[in-house]
Amino acid sequence: MEKTVKIAVIGGGPAGLAAAESAVEQGIRPDDILILERADKLGGILNQCIHNGFGLHTFREELTGPEYADRFIRKVREHQIPYLLKAMVIDISPAGMPGGTGLTVTAMNAEEGLVRVHAKAVILAMGCRERPRGALNLPGYRPAGIYTAGTAQRFVNLEGRMPGHEVVILGSGDIGLIMARRLTLEGARVRVVAELMPYSGGLERNIVQCLDDYGIPLKLSHTVVDIKGRKRVESVTIAEVGPDRRPIPGTEEEYTCDTLLLSCGLIPENELSSALGVQMNGVTKGPVVNESLETSVPGVFACGNVLHVHDLVDYVSEEAAQAGANAARFVLGEIAEDSAAPVTITAQDGVRYTVPSSISLNRMEDRQLIRFRVGNEYRNAGIRIEFDGKEFRTLKKNILAPGSMEQVILQKKDLEGIKGLKNITLRVVQY
Amino acid sequence: MKEIRNLTCIRCPMGCQLTVTLQDGAVQSVTGNTCPRGAEYGRNEVTHPVRTVTSTVRVEGGERPVVAVKTKTEVPKEKIFDVMQALNGLYVKAPVEIGDVLLEDIAGTGSSLVATAEDAAC
Repeated sequence: MEKTVKIAVIGGGPAGLAAAESAVEQGIRPDDILILERADKLGGILNQCIHNGFGLHTFREELTGPEYADRFIRKVREHQIPYLLKAMVIDISPAGMPGGTGLTVTAMNAEEGLVRVHAKAVILAMGCRERPRGALNLPGYRPAGIYTAGTAQRFVNLEGRMPGHEVVILGSGDIGLIMARRLTLEGARVRVVAELMPYSGGLERNIVQCLDDYGIPLKLSHTVVDIKGRKRVESVTIAEVGPDRRPIPGTEEEYTCDTLLLSCGLIPENELSSALGVQMNGVTKGPVVNESLETSVPGVFACGNVLHVHDLVDYVSEEAAQAGANAARFVLGEIAEDSAAPVTITAQDGVRYTVPSSISLNRMEDRQLIRFRVGNEYRNAGIRIEFDGKEFRTLKKNILAPGSMEQVILQKKDLEGIKGLKNITLRVVQY
Repeated sequence: MKEIRNLTCIRCPMGCQLTVTLQDGAVQSVTGNTCPRGAEYGRNEVTHPVRTVTSTVRVEGGERPVVAVKTKTEVPKEKIFDVMQALNGLYVKAPVEIGDVLLEDIAGTGSSLVATAEDAAC
C-alpha cells in the first residue's frame, strides 16, 4: 500500500488522537491525515489504565482510562480521520514527496503488507515504555514471576489473568502503586513496595489511596539485593541503601513471594526518531523541540510521552493539540519564519530539563507554556526565571517533587521587552 | 477538643495538601484545597471515607475475557472488598457499551456497577 497524506501521526494513543483532532480543527481535511497504530485498538496505554482520576482538567469530570480514551476516539470517528491499526512503523525517512520534500513513513501491517506513507509533516506520538529488569542490574536468579508493573496491569485488566499471589514491588512509580492496589483488590498479598530513592517516584495521592488505604508498607531508600527461586520467584531480599545508593550490609530483609513487579521508570520510545536523525535530549530521552514542538528535522513534531514522560494524560492531550495545530500550520504554510537566533532555555539548579528548549520570538504565541521536572524534593522553594542572567520573576512553590511535572507560562510581551534577549534560565531557589 | 488532620487530597492528581480542623469530632474548616471537590474530600475523609472502586468483570462472547467497570458513585471505604466479592462472580454478555449498568445496588451500597470500556460481540 502506498499513500500520500499531509500529516502522518505515529501512534494512536492519547497524544496521537489529540494531535490528529487538533490538526483537523486547524483546517486540515481529515482525509489528508493518517494515524498509524501498532495495537489492534486506538487508545494506547489508556485501555489498560482502568483506574479513575483522568480528565479532571480536560472534561471537569473524573474518568477512567478507557473512558478518557473513548472521548478522543469518538472525535476521531466523528471527523472520519483515517487510521490504520496493527501497523508497526519501522522507519521514517526524509525526502518522501515528489520533488524531494516531506517524509516517508514505512510500516508493516498484517493485511496490507508493507505500507508506505508520504507526508509533508509527521507527528511523533509513540509514547514510552517501561525500564525492564535487564536495565536495572538486579542480582539473583532469573526465574519466572518478574514483570514490569505495566505488563502485570495488562495481564489483570485486559487478559483477566493474575501474575501471582504474593507480590513484592520494586520502584514507586505510579503504575507500581496502582498495581499494588489492583492486585490487593483481586486477592493477592502485596508485601512491600521498595524505592531506591529517598522520595517516591509516583504521585502522593497514589501513595495515599493505593498503599495507605490497604496498609501496604513503602520502604524508601531500599532496593532489591537478591532474588531466589530457580523456576519461579520464591523470595526477594531487599536492603536499605545509603546516600551513595549502595546497600547497607546487615539491613537485608527476605520476603517470601512468587512475584516481583518493577516500576522503575519510563523511557520515551524513540528508536524511530533517532534513526531519522532527530536531535535528542539526554535528560528526557526525547527529541529536542522548539516553541512549536517541532524537532530539529523540519516538519517533524513531537508530543506526549515520546517527548518527555508526563504525570497526567490531560497534559499529554493539551501538548498534543498544540503539536497537531502547529503541524497543520506548517503544512498550510502558515507557520512564521524562524527567528535568526531563537531564545535558548537553560535548566539549572534542580530543574532537570525544559520542554521546549528554545523559543523563536517570531513564532511564539502570546503565552508560551514551559514544562519541566525537578530532580529532588523541595519544600518552601521557588522557581526563578532569569532573562539573560537577571531575575525576571520567582514563583513560590510549597512543594516540588520529581514525580510531578511543573510548568511556568511566559508572556510574549515580557520576552519582547528585553532588548536582544538570548537566554532564559529556570532554576530552583530555596528560601 | 480541637483536632487538626493533615491529608493529601486524592480527588485529582494535583494532590493538594489539606488541613482539616475538627472541634469535638465535627469538621470546622478545610483549607489547602484548590477546588470544592477537595473540601468535600477533606470533610468525608475524617468522618466517613469513600472511594470509587474500579475493577473488571468476566465477559462471555466478547473480544476480550474481561471488561473494565467502576462503581458509578463512591462507596464507603469499608465496603470495597464487599464490592469486589459481588463483582467477582459476575459474568456479562457481549456486546458491552461504556456506561452500561451491569449491576444495581452493588453489595448494598446503593451504587451501581457500570462498564467503563466497550467490548463488541465477536
